[in-house]
Amino acid sequence: MLQMVWLIPALPLLGFVLLLLVGPRLGEPNSGRLATLMAASSFGVTVAMFFALLNREPEEREYVKTLFTWIPAGNLTVDFGFLADPLSITMALFVTGIGTLIHLYAIGYMHGDPKFSKFFLYLNLFVFSMLMLVLGSNMLVTFLGWEGVGTCSYFLISFWHTRDSAATAGKKAFVTNRVGDWGFMVAMFFTFQALGNLDYLHLKENAHSLSNTTAAAIALFLFIGAAGKSAQLPLYIWLPDAMEGPTPVSALIHAATMVTAGVFLMTRAASVLHVVPEIGTVIAIVGALTALFAATVAVAQNDIKKVLAYSTISQLGYMFLAVGSGAYVAAIFHMVTHAFFKALMFLGSGSVIHGMHNEQDMRRMGMLRKLMPVTAITFIIGWLAIAGVPPFSGFWSKDEILLGAWGKSPVLWAVGLVTALLTAYYMTRQVIMVFFGDARWESHAEEHGAHGDFKPHESPWIMLAPLVVLAGLAAVGGGLNLPFTHGTKLLEQWLEPVVGEFEHHSSVTAGGKFGLAIAATVASLIGIAVAYSIYEKKRRPAIEPEILARGWRYDEVISSFMGGPGRKLFEVTALADAKVVDGLVNKIGNDTQDIGNIIRKIQTGYVRQYAAGIGIGAVLLLVWFVSRGVL
Amino acid sequence: MVEVAVFVVAALIILVGAVGVVVRNHPVHSALSLVMTLFGVAVLFLALDAQFLAAVQVIVYAGAIVVLFLFVIMLLGVDKVESLRADRLGGQRPMAAVVGIASVGLLLAAILTGGERRVTGARTVTDPAAGGEENIKALARSVFSDYVFAFEATSVLLVVAVIATVMLARKPPKQHKDSS
Amino acid sequence: MLAVQTTPTWYLVLAAVVFAIGAVGVLIRRNPIIMFMCVELMLNAVNLSFVALSKALDDIAGQTVVFFVLVVAAAEVVVGLGIVVALLRRQPGATADDVATMKG
Repeated sequence: MLQMVWLIPALPLLGFVLLLLVGPRLGEPNSGRLATLMAASSFGVTVAMFFALLNREPEEREYVKTLFTWIPAGNLTVDFGFLADPLSITMALFVTGIGTLIHLYAIGYMHGDPKFSKFFLYLNLFVFSMLMLVLGSNMLVTFLGWEGVGTCSYFLISFWHTRDSAATAGKKAFVTNRVGDWGFMVAMFFTFQALGNLDYLHLKENAHSLSNTTAAAIALFLFIGAAGKSAQLPLYIWLPDAMEGPTPVSALIHAATMVTAGVFLMTRAASVLHVVPEIGTVIAIVGALTALFAATVAVAQNDIKKVLAYSTISQLGYMFLAVGSGAYVAAIFHMVTHAFFKALMFLGSGSVIHGMHNEQDMRRMGMLRKLMPVTAITFIIGWLAIAGVPPFSGFWSKDEILLGAWGKSPVLWAVGLVTALLTAYYMTRQVIMVFFGDARWESHAEEHGAHGDFKPHESPWIMLAPLVVLAGLAAVGGGLNLPFTHGTKLLEQWLEPVVGEFEHHSSVTAGGKFGLAIAATVASLIGIAVAYSIYEKKRRPAIEPEILARGWRYDEVISSFMGGPGRKLFEVTALADAKVVDGLVNKIGNDTQDIGNIIRKIQTGYVRQYAAGIGIGAVLLLVWFVSRGVL
Repeated sequence: MVEVAVFVVAALIILVGAVGVVVRNHPVHSALSLVMTLFGVAVLFLALDAQFLAAVQVIVYAGAIVVLFLFVIMLLGVDKVESLRADRLGGQRPMAAVVGIASVGLLLAAILTGGERRVTGARTVTDPAAGGEENIKALARSVFSDYVFAFEATSVLLVVAVIATVMLARKPPKQHKDSS
Repeated sequence: MLAVQTTPTWYLVLAAVVFAIGAVGVLIRRNPIIMFMCVELMLNAVNLSFVALSKALDDIAGQTVVFFVLVVAAAEVVVGLGIVVALLRRQPGATADDVATMKG
């Protein structure tokens, strides 16, 4: 049964190829249905794999299916293979599951778009790449998927490429990712040099034999790659701009799947981090800082999607905080719940945008819960989950992370707590601005002149159905890993074979855990209350300082550096390339030509001179023979 | 004694003829000098007991080839006198001098050092030239047994040469001006 | 009388001299016909040395070679003069220096 694991990425690949060949002919909505069918079948196969693994004993839940030897180059032998173990199947489950829901949603969202079939082409290609990433049996297959998702991200962000801002955003995402990719590659080089092999299972067995410096180098460079892909400081700048892409893209790629690739990679490298916990500390600090930083910026954003973008960065920061603290199960748990509620909220915001006829500014929304009830309810469930209100899923997963952070350092825990407060605050702000309060869109109705009586409307069922499913998952997803007894910690048991030996198990007492949980809940409630009083009750003025709205001007600093001194540096390098490298090559060519021109003069065309040449040659030969005494 | 005299006289004829070929202005004079040289060589062949070759030399070389030369000279009217004053290609004369002197010098050095030992090297590998039978029989035996393949090849060569020359020296075919 | 004998060396020396004269002639003369005749001179010199050596080594092969050299020289003259005819027909009064189209 498990041999069919290759089907999981193969089905979306098939969808991609089919859409490439006949997509435009299928048109709307059949191309969308085909893509969704492929994603759904992939999900079905993944579920079958899940049960197949479940059938085995925990120690034996590792299956490697090698398709062929990809690179047989002497010492380096890289197979093209898939590893089906609890971690990869978990990732594959929510990638294909949520992917299918989003495919379905997109059929409704992209209605009327002239490039309808192309969108699904890219979506299927993305799902394929992401599955290669998570199912790869070695780093290189993961890297293949890594690059693939980066490329698809570029395609999809700049899907409406006629818009300058979209095209620029796509480029920015690709280039920033590349910096991270460099880190990944260097880590692969180190790994190969130290272990002679890029296999994950091999890495898990042998990581303990790495020297401290090598392990630190590998872990650090992998983290650079992860930081690029998962938008951590300092490489997060592409994610807010990536909101230029259609909302299903934001939901799938920039909330649920691609951005989690970095967390996945670091979890795969848990064995290496185990050797050098100091690097874990670095990761945890970066994650915590990113979480806090992004939360502060989200507080002042007015675009409905930008808030969610910064929120994603912030939640990813939490995941890295967990990874750095050795709480891998918590990181994966939060990854799964985050996928549920963040995708839900993105899709919900898409529904709002759709109903508001492409309006994205929250200041022009309000009181939408009356006109879009299903969207509103599902969004609210997502809000409760992310804010960490029990018993919704976000509460349980965030709590696990905070517990892990406490085990690493109380300071980190405090940062996490403050971030939780801010998270609750800005999400409440968003919910109030969009669904409650005054119906500010009425005053802006004239701007939508041609529509006559402008009224926001609810979205079609094809967009609402995924929202409902995701809302349900966001509500009960906590059940995956309830912390009460070992028996309820389903996810932890499931992931035991992969990360169990590297997991840092908390030594906090049950009472202590309860106390921490209370603290977290209180922080969330405070955040909600403050937001409520500012935005709904209007008791206090809004705190939205401009510096936060401009993201602490980090992006601007980078742009001015790259545009100014950075550009000068690049121009010098380009000039050096043109002058030195090209100059050298050209010089060789020119010199050859000059020498040729000189030698050419020997060919005078006069037969007698050629005869003279022959004569001289014969004389020289004679000289040689006579002097050797041969003659 | 007689041999020496024959040799000296023949050598003189040859050398005068050779220099004449090179030096004379008029092509016909050069051709006649060449005939002189060829006769001298034929005489030396006789002195060296190569009677058949001497005869063939006269008949083929002097009788056919030089006549062919003369035909061409007369036919094409290249009997204009060529000026030997100056050579348009500079450096050609010195080059020629070098080649000439160097080749003579080196060949003499090769021939004269080592003396008789050099000249008389390996003994007979094919039939003896003299003594056994007549020269022509010995030569015929050699050509038609050991070197029969070369003989056949040269016959092919002659045919090919004739055909080639006919093709080369043709007047170019006239173009027909009709519609085609 | 002097008891001097003609040794093969004398013939070889003579052949060498004639060969050199012929070589110089090829290099010096411009008229194609005369250049050709100088080549014939060189061939004759070689023939002479072959026959001399044939006598000296008591080997008939030397004369066989001369036989073939004669044949080939004849063929060569035929073709060569054909070329000269073709050349001079197009450009009467051409010399070896006028055939310089292979100038690089």
